[in-house]
Amino acid sequence: MSLKGKTKTALTGWSMVTVAAIFVLVFSYIPMIQAFFLSLQTGKGANLSFSGVANYIRMLQDSTFWTTLGNTLLYAVVQIPVMLLLALLISVLLNDSKLKGRGIYRTCIFLPCVTSMVSYAILFKNIFAVDGIVNQMLLKLHLIDDAIPFVLDKNWAKVVIIFALIWRYTGYYMIFYLSAMQNIDSSIYEAAKMDGCSFFQSFFRITMPLLKPIIFLTSIMALTNTLQLFDEVVNLTNGGPGDATRTISEYIYDLSFTYVPSYGYAAAVSYVVFVLIIILTIIQKGITGEKE
Amino acid sequence: MRRIKSLFKHAFLILFSLICIFPFYWMIVSATNVSKDITMGKLTFGNALLINVRNAFQNADILRAFMNSAFLAIVITVLSLLICSIAGYAFVIFPGKVKNILFLALIASMMVPFAAKIIPMFRMFSNLGLLNSFGSIILPAIGTPFLIFFFKQNTHAFPLETIQAARVDGLGEYGIFFRIYMPMMKSTYAAAGIFAFMASWNNYMWPLIALQSTDKFSLPLAVSNLAAGFTPDYGMVMVGIIISTLPTVLVFFLLQKAFVEGMVGSVK
Repeated sequence: MSLKGKTKTALTGWSMVTVAAIFVLVFSYIPMIQAFFLSLQTGKGANLSFSGVANYIRMLQDSTFWTTLGNTLLYAVVQIPVMLLLALLISVLLNDSKLKGRGIYRTCIFLPCVTSMVSYAILFKNIFAVDGIVNQMLLKLHLIDDAIPFVLDKNWAKVVIIFALIWRYTGYYMIFYLSAMQNIDSSIYEAAKMDGCSFFQSFFRITMPLLKPIIFLTSIMALTNTLQLFDEVVNLTNGGPGDATRTISEYIYDLSFTYVPSYGYAAAVSYVVFVLIIILTIIQKGITGEKE
Repeated sequence: MRRIKSLFKHAFLILFSLICIFPFYWMIVSATNVSKDITMGKLTFGNALLINVRNAFQNADILRAFMNSAFLAIVITVLSLLICSIAGYAFVIFPGKVKNILFLALIASMMVPFAAKIIPMFRMFSNLGLLNSFGSIILPAIGTPFLIFFFKQNTHAFPLETIQAARVDGLGEYGIFFRIYMPMMKSTYAAAGIFAFMASWNNYMWPLIALQSTDKFSLPLAVSNLAAGFTPDYGMVMVGIIISTLPTVLVFFLLQKAFVEGMVGSVK
């Protein structure tokens, strides 16, 4: 290829990536940088002035900040391992080509993840209401004597949110695992079986190590998702009772748009989430030992 | 022993499937019952469907919200697929050191929590006078790092000889992309299309901030409003939920095969 032709192809290559890059720059990087400068300013509404790290110091004494941060981390710590293990286990069961009805199971388990966050949150609010269907069933089966105030009790409300998240997302991650398992040679399992490996042995010693890269990817996806939890909590419990289920994203929203707007402080809180995601990603990288 | 094992497997899978399906059954049954019967735990179909539909359409402009959501989802899906696929393609076909760094920078922005951007974005669109317009929803959704990543991953499986042959035939670089790559990568586009469509259709936080008048509301905002209050009329709420769930279920089932194929390509 001539020199002129080479520069021309290079230019074509650049022209193809430029539009996407500009959109990401304008709507991701610029807001992110602006948020950082905003986090160094205090004031109400549009009257802002530079105040150094005042917002970050205010955070240390803000009990609502710590409650919402704690809630968010609790959701992540409980929901993500339970959900990913369930998704893995189901994928292993469904990966067996001799299993009857695997297509039906797969469709049923995947179905929840096509619902919109707002819709299923409202649906769960109804299902778990004091006079909701779950309480009715438990009462009829005589498993409980009085209806449980699922959404109104500060501990039960958290359980319902975690349950809802697992319901919505397990099938989604299952699809990733099922796709990845199609690339594993089934003769490995047969050899392991002949060597006397039990189901759980081959699950922990063969499946999990082979799927490490995809487990890492899905755990990062689940982590960024859960740490930003907003839609479900707003529509299921609206953060209540009190602040018992409020997440950090909901708190940032409230600081900016519900309470007297304090943009600077909200930006500072949002930066903590950002740093948290990065730190947890690095830790997770260490745990799963993924190098890429 | 083997039969017991298989029994356990099926028992577990059936139980889990039932848990997954029950809320769908519940929303469909409840859409045909009056609110009073729903709170009584009625599990059979009733005859209040038409009343619930009428109430839902009277209490919120569901039709308008549906059209708004459909318009947004279609425009966003087409634009983001076009722009992100051409970028993902170029990152593989025209590689380079600077481009690798650019790619990593684009991917890194996936880590930025949305909440960290809402205030600057709110001020940006307010300064542009674009708040409460569809532009404020469409523009930020076009450059999606995940889609760029997804197309890059899938392009690795694209045969380079095809491109070389097309170059020899005198087809331009954009011609190769539009006339050869795009038709050949149909299942990748289908999978990416599902992601883009669902993300837009279900989007809640940013529209909640950017769209202020009810005539601009997207479906999640309208449905959320229907269910607001301490004791909403759940019969009509269920109608809203079904209307907002139906399109994504349809899109998924129509493109399911292509979706799975596209996913397999991305995790290889």
